[in-house]
Amino acid sequence: MLAAILAAGLAVGATYALIGVTYNIMFSASRVMSFTAGQLGMLGGVLGAMFISRLHLPILPGMVLALGGCALVGLVTEIIAVRPVLKALDQHLYVLSTLGFALMIQTFTAIEWSTEPQPFPRLIGIGEGGPWDEKFWLPVLACVATIVGLELLYRRTLVGRAFLAIAEDNFAARALGLPERNLRMASYALAGAVGGLAGFAGGELLLAFFANGSMLNFYGFIPVALGGLGNNKGAVIGGLALGVFQQAANFLMGGVVAGVAVFAVFIIVLLVAPQGLFGAPAARRV
Amino acid sequence: MKALLPYAALLAAALVLPFFANDYWAVIGARAAVYWILVAGLNLVVGYGGQLAIGWVALLTLGAYTASILVARFDLNPFIAYAAGGVVGALSGVIVGLPALRLRTFYFAMTTLGFATILTQVALSWQSVTGGGIGLPGPTLSPPFDSAWGLYFLALGLAAIVTWMTANIAASRFGRSLIAIRDAEVAAEASGISKARLLTIVFLFSGFTAGVAGGLFATLQSYITPDAFTFDLSVTFFIAILVGGRGSILGPLLGNILLTLLPEFAAPLVAWSTFLYAALLLAIVLLMPGGIAALLDFRNRKPLESHRSIVPQPDRLRALLDHGPVREDIVLRNVVLAFGGVRAIDGLDITIRAGQVHGLIGPNGSGKTTTLNVISGYYAPQEGEAFLGSRVLPHGAPQTRAALGIARTFQTPRVIGEASVLQNVMVGATVDGTASFMEAALTLPRYRSEERTLTDRAMQALSVVGLASLAAVRADRLQHSELRFVEIARALAGRPAFLLLDEPAAGLSTDEINRLGSLIKAIAAAGTGVLLVEHHADLIFDICDHVTVLNLGRELAAGTPADIRAHKEVVSAYLGA
Repeated sequence: MLAAILAAGLAVGATYALIGVTYNIMFSASRVMSFTAGQLGMLGGVLGAMFISRLHLPILPGMVLALGGCALVGLVTEIIAVRPVLKALDQHLYVLSTLGFALMIQTFTAIEWSTEPQPFPRLIGIGEGGPWDEKFWLPVLACVATIVGLELLYRRTLVGRAFLAIAEDNFAARALGLPERNLRMASYALAGAVGGLAGFAGGELLLAFFANGSMLNFYGFIPVALGGLGNNKGAVIGGLALGVFQQAANFLMGGVVAGVAVFAVFIIVLLVAPQGLFGAPAARRV
Repeated sequence: MKALLPYAALLAAALVLPFFANDYWAVIGARAAVYWILVAGLNLVVGYGGQLAIGWVALLTLGAYTASILVARFDLNPFIAYAAGGVVGALSGVIVGLPALRLRTFYFAMTTLGFATILTQVALSWQSVTGGGIGLPGPTLSPPFDSAWGLYFLALGLAAIVTWMTANIAASRFGRSLIAIRDAEVAAEASGISKARLLTIVFLFSGFTAGVAGGLFATLQSYITPDAFTFDLSVTFFIAILVGGRGSILGPLLGNILLTLLPEFAAPLVAWSTFLYAALLLAIVLLMPGGIAALLDFRNRKPLESHRSIVPQPDRLRALLDHGPVREDIVLRNVVLAFGGVRAIDGLDITIRAGQVHGLIGPNGSGKTTTLNVISGYYAPQEGEAFLGSRVLPHGAPQTRAALGIARTFQTPRVIGEASVLQNVMVGATVDGTASFMEAALTLPRYRSEERTLTDRAMQALSVVGLASLAAVRADRLQHSELRFVEIARALAGRPAFLLLDEPAAGLSTDEINRLGSLIKAIAAAGTGVLLVEHHADLIFDICDHVTVLNLGRELAAGTPADIRAHKEVVSAYLGA
């Protein structure tokens, strides 16, 4: 029982955490929270199932194509839904433009793919049925790999440091001559790939289903809200905690209570600490 | 009167529809009307209040299930069940809405989306009550409402009433306050608008209409399952408002009709309708942020007179500021305020006397604006207190200042660009409004006479500053100097005992500065004390009764203008030889 709760909880939690990281990468590059984060996760699952199950590609090329497709969608998000409204950041038009684009992605998938959940292929075939089933540890592995990879990118490479500079102080970074627009596009492509990886690694658990988009939008946002905007460590801790809490409530008290409990905790934490548990206070207004 | 024509035309078209169309169109028409009952209420939240509530379908769901359960399991009268659905909707509206008080836009949008997501899950899994995925029958009505056209007229009648009520609210001080919160939140606080109280009332109202719409929706559907309440539906409501345009009733009404009817005229596109709406949302945001309402706003496309001058009429001040003699002074005692390691104000004592012009000058960073922000409640001092007479001014509560008679302007004018100049100035008189929300919604006599008083007073304030001819113009079409005077008019409309001016002369021409000077002197002569933060030394020395010079958060010198001009340190530190 405990093993089952932990396995399932950590698996969905890792998926939520990766969507949280997706939000964070986009936010760091542009100060924009994008509704496409969850849709990228959904697309990772759908594209993976399409390339591997329907088009019968081997797993590795299938995965590369799926993540590449998601990176492309991330890039398109930046071009059509983010860049045009960046100048009016204080009017929060981005909430509407990214919502519009996210809905386009979702309905397009529903119509062209399927409105029913479709199976996701088994990738390796380890641990059939038990708590060590690959569908439980693959998302966790993907989450760990992403965090380590991002850490190496940000700390060890010049491009990564440029990302950090943009996130820290956009104006100063531009004054130093950093190609802000290209870096932003690269960030969005990276975010797309990370979001796609969340859906791909969690595909065996969540299936290839168009409605996963808005579900992941919400559950992936909770770790960001808990951990504070732009804080990847906070997102991972928050995501895993959320996953275990949700699955435990689900197993022990049923779906109704679990849903209400998650929402209640989310609202209470936000009201008590609007900047998140690890976040910084807001700037002055007058 | 002319403004009512489009509504009358729509109502007439709706009334003659039965003579031309079959029962199928009765269902479509009823659906448009039911949706509008929800959207009209939501419009106050989204279009006027600027709160991005994207998950409002949740309240429709709650209203539908409440009414259906009460009728199916407890055999209640359907109309009472509708009202009960409305009450449940109203209470839930407040619960879903209140996080908006603390959370920024995207966060709030997410909480409403989350609520809608969770509610569908609950409706699915709580089978003993909701019937789960199988669902349950909606309330059925008795004659004359049991036919398609009967339900149509019921929904139409309610929709007409809701339209009338929301239009009344939008035109009242509640509507103005909502737009003020949306576009100029800081100025709204300074005008005494309590965001918490205002949004609570509006969420109650909007939740109620959504809940009632839910009950009618259940009747219209005749059978409800969780599948009927998709997030797509929620987005349709939201997009109808944005397509229509913010801060308009007619625009969203047309948007709602358009979005409900569109799939009927383009049958092959039905499957793609949500995709098209989403694309429409993106296109509207990127290309036409004003929506249909901006297209229909012909009046504000006429060019304004190009060489306008602002000619204040200070002689009208006495009639406006009839607040009797002010005897209390504003006193700051040993106020200390540090931002991190920087002590912006470092032990300041200052007394601003009633009915005098008090100048506050000093180099950049000497703490002038910070002092003003302490008095108007935006900053809480770490030591010391600010007093009005013997009362301590509460910390960090800017919305309390207007009622205490302290008004202010801002360094960069904080004006509602999309509202008319008159509406902007009326925001300043909000604090004198006493009519309740329902009185405004139903235009009861007390509300109407009060509204006339406030309009008169705002017009008086506008003629005092010399902008009466621009009263009907959208504020974002004005020049910078005119906006400065609009802010002064807004502050005066609240008939303040004290007026705090933060660099009112910045960006003004020499002529305009002279006129501003005489206006400020007249304001003080009419009994309102003025605290003037300025860099124009000539203006300060011309009109002030008393001047305080700040340096590094402390008082460097204080006295009459003549004293200050002779003060050696001031001359060397600030004025220059």
